[in-house]
Amino acid sequence: MMTRRQLILCCGALILLLLPPAAHLAGSPYVISLASRIVIYALAAASLDLLLGYGAMISLGHAAFVGIGAYTVGILHFHAAAAEPLVTWPFLFAGSTSGLVVLPLAALMAALAALIIGALSLRTTGLHFIMITLAFAQMLYYFFISLEKYGGDDGLSLAARSSLPGLSLGNGSQFYYLCLAALVLFLFFSQKLVNSRFGLVVRGAGNNDRRIKGLGIHSYWYKLVTFVIAGSSAGLAGALLANQTEFVSPGLMHWTLSGELMVMVLLGGLGSLFGPVLGAAVFLLLEETLAMYTEHWMVYMGPFLVITVIFAKRGLFGFLVGEKERND
Amino acid sequence: MKKLVIGLCALGLMLPTLSVAADPVKIGMITTLSTKAGYLGEEIRDGFQLAIDQEGGKLGGAAVELLVEDDGAKPEKGKQIAERFAQKDGVKIMTGIVFSNVAMAVVPKIIKEDVLYLSANAGPSDLAGAGCDPNYFSVAYQNDNLDEVVGQYVTEAGHKNVYLLAPNYPAGKDHLAGFKRYYKGALAGEVYTKLDQADYAAEIATIRDAKPDAVFFFLPGGMGINFIKQYAQAGLKETIPLYGPAFSFDERLLAAVGDAALGVKNGSQWTHDLDYPANKEFVAAFKKAYNRTPTLYASQGYDTARLISSALKATGGKSDLAALRPALKKAEFASVRGNFAFGNNQHPIQDIYIREVVKTETGFTNKTVKKVFAKHVDAYAKECKMQ
Amino acid sequence: MLLVIEQLLNGLQLGITLFLMSAGLTLVFGIMQIINLAHGSFYMIGAYVGATVAARSGSFLLAVVAGVAAAAVVGAVVEVLVLRHLYKRQHLDQVLATFGLIMFFNELIRVIWGRQPLFMSIPAGLSKSIQIMPGLPYPTYRLAVIGIGLLVAVFLWLMFAKTRIGMQIRAGSSNREMVGALGVNINLLYTLVFGLGALLAGLAGVMAGPILAVEAGMGESILILTFVVIVIGGIGSIRGAVVGALLVGMVDTLGRAFLPAILRTMLSAATADSAAASLSSMAIYILMAAILVWKPRGLFPAHG
Repeated sequence: MMTRRQLILCCGALILLLLPPAAHLAGSPYVISLASRIVIYALAAASLDLLLGYGAMISLGHAAFVGIGAYTVGILHFHAAAAEPLVTWPFLFAGSTSGLVVLPLAALMAALAALIIGALSLRTTGLHFIMITLAFAQMLYYFFISLEKYGGDDGLSLAARSSLPGLSLGNGSQFYYLCLAALVLFLFFSQKLVNSRFGLVVRGAGNNDRRIKGLGIHSYWYKLVTFVIAGSSAGLAGALLANQTEFVSPGLMHWTLSGELMVMVLLGGLGSLFGPVLGAAVFLLLEETLAMYTEHWMVYMGPFLVITVIFAKRGLFGFLVGEKERND
Repeated sequence: MKKLVIGLCALGLMLPTLSVAADPVKIGMITTLSTKAGYLGEEIRDGFQLAIDQEGGKLGGAAVELLVEDDGAKPEKGKQIAERFAQKDGVKIMTGIVFSNVAMAVVPKIIKEDVLYLSANAGPSDLAGAGCDPNYFSVAYQNDNLDEVVGQYVTEAGHKNVYLLAPNYPAGKDHLAGFKRYYKGALAGEVYTKLDQADYAAEIATIRDAKPDAVFFFLPGGMGINFIKQYAQAGLKETIPLYGPAFSFDERLLAAVGDAALGVKNGSQWTHDLDYPANKEFVAAFKKAYNRTPTLYASQGYDTARLISSALKATGGKSDLAALRPALKKAEFASVRGNFAFGNNQHPIQDIYIREVVKTETGFTNKTVKKVFAKHVDAYAKECKMQ
Repeated sequence: MLLVIEQLLNGLQLGITLFLMSAGLTLVFGIMQIINLAHGSFYMIGAYVGATVAARSGSFLLAVVAGVAAAAVVGAVVEVLVLRHLYKRQHLDQVLATFGLIMFFNELIRVIWGRQPLFMSIPAGLSKSIQIMPGLPYPTYRLAVIGIGLLVAVFLWLMFAKTRIGMQIRAGSSNREMVGALGVNINLLYTLVFGLGALLAGLAGVMAGPILAVEAGMGESILILTFVVIVIGGIGSIRGAVVGALLVGMVDTLGRAFLPAILRTMLSAATADSAAASLSSMAIYILMAAILVWKPRGLFPAHG
């Protein structure tokens, strides 16, 4: 007998898997690209959930890592196209459009940034942590705005999506399945992670840091590793987003995007990993449909968020699976 | 009752045939309606809609359907809307983008996929030069045209030592470069400020200290309001004249600036007082429909619609690209700007003016002072390989 | 030298405006432990109502009263309808709810006032400049802003240190239940404090009206700066807000004023200009990160 939670997850998985053929049958391939966006944002939101929902690290600068991932792809593509090497010393690297190079590199660069930002930010807690992560994101935002070589505020266009052996990412369905695979892999590993001993420490530190420290565990390092994992996953989401829109701009790092990611996590359900996936879908679909009916869609979106927070305390996912199954 | 049912059934049967017969030409407008810059998109949309309304829901005799969506000034969102227009609604003609960064994200991709794009505002240099394309027309300008004209005018006015100010992003540098292309004197200073900066006291103090002959600035939207107000409050307006492109001096911004902008000269390709019949008709109709003076953005939206109208008329309502492109390129319509033709890069060859901010009984507006460029061609046209 | 003095004054004036914003926010956070991203919305409401009243009545004083009152009333309503339900929740819920409020207020303003910015004029008596030193004229209005900001700082200090209500507020922040048990209506007290915070933001908004563009979304740019200020100063501390606001005002202004010249002595003109522009955009965030790494709870931590 399946639990309600399993039933809902199975339904969700089925919908996500069968979406492209269904969209083709219904004659609306546009849905696939919208779904790709949702899946990518879901990945970014779920990675933020690792911080918010498990480690109680409220980062308002998560968009920075999305942006760094996206810019890694953008810059590598730019140099590959411009025939002007990115690095000449100590070795020659001309840039690349191969997905096997750019995607891992995007995750790596984001991880590196997360390591530095996390190492400094995790010295603070509470509201200070919220604000210092915001500060770092703003710094990067202004840095990329003034980066003239890569388009600054105008952003950078990709000539085409990255290439992967055996796949053609220009094809909407194939690209969608790549994004879906990334999301599923992330969810699978994160689920393992949060239920491991490592995850226990992080969750414990999120609940009561003093007690964890009292047990003689340096929770700082555990939190830092979580921060880096979340950052690099967001970087991967950014790399996919750059491929999806074939465009990167500093707007990806703006604090409102960090806010929107946070909204997705909370809307779906904090600390549930699957919740943010639902949250991303609901948020983006709502934005899309409300905007079709009224130019002033935010007048409705705002109160909707407020009401969700006040009444659906555990987010939509928590609401769906019923009361007692959260975070276990 | 029975009659009514029969009538309804008959109507139901007729509806599909009717809709096939009409089959309106769909035009997708991606523009900025939210954010601080939301009024720019509103102006473009209202101008465009006015032209459609004047023809009773048609353009050039063909029924049109205008789809409008808000891009929120975000490139990613613009791209997403363009995709939906093209794939879901089957739109083949698009227009409306306000900002160059949104245009650069959207346009290069869609014109490769057989969509016509007619720009009613943004005119980034990439698309005027090497990136020009048969499917892309700019009906407004190349971005730095309006700075070039001020550069020329400031030189003619005898200013020898000018101070430059723009936000620190590529468009800011492009606009200053446009000014410098025609300005012959020396530079008293060149400062790049933070994007979305609110307080300019520090910059203004530095300007006072540098003692230039004149100040040229490019600060669109709210940044411009802040700067002009604070510049006047610091008492510099009387001693060091201010110049800029029209972007900080449209009628809706002027209402928010008040006296501080009075007498400031700015460059534009259009003003509501240009003495052409088409312009008089447009300004009167716009005022009647929307109860406000149109801005240059509205004039660009209107001209874009009228251009499409002329092309649809020439093709007899056929909207396939092969027929539309040559008809558009001829630009056989009475532009509100008078002289209007497309150059080899499908950007306007037009007259550009210097105008001055004045106060009338209906509020603050602009008055044409001088035609500085006649049939001006943008600087990037020669890099375009099209003929 | 005159230029340096003038730039210092500019920094002071920016700092004072920031102080008005941060005082309310830090008060609310220090006492109720609640994060309010919608604080910038009260600033915007103050400016919009002020500009409208000024245009209709022609009286700046009336505009200030109306703007401040409107912000305070909206603040109190928001507290009762929304934030009251979130006191016992985590910060995250508060962030989300107030993020929703930002969206709502920005769009509501566009629905009511339209999309174009509003105009607000400087009161007649303050529109000129005064020679504060030979060769150094300074806009009277900006001097007035400095003066009012200082007055508010003194008033707040007096209220907290000397009055009964100030004592209740301080007591309520350290032990809510206890004060409630002693017969103080703590719900009303919180509504009042929140209203006071909104009122100060509204005041900052009305006073910014004649200098800045009154437009939907104007609250966010200053909101971020405000957060920087209170985090640097130490959350919940009025003294911290004063120091943080002045520090941010000075660093931001002096960076913009003198970085280009300093860098030009070391680099080529073009490189110096763009480096200076990037650096001065990032300066306050660098300052904040540096201070937090050095003192993770800000310069003047309020509690323990």
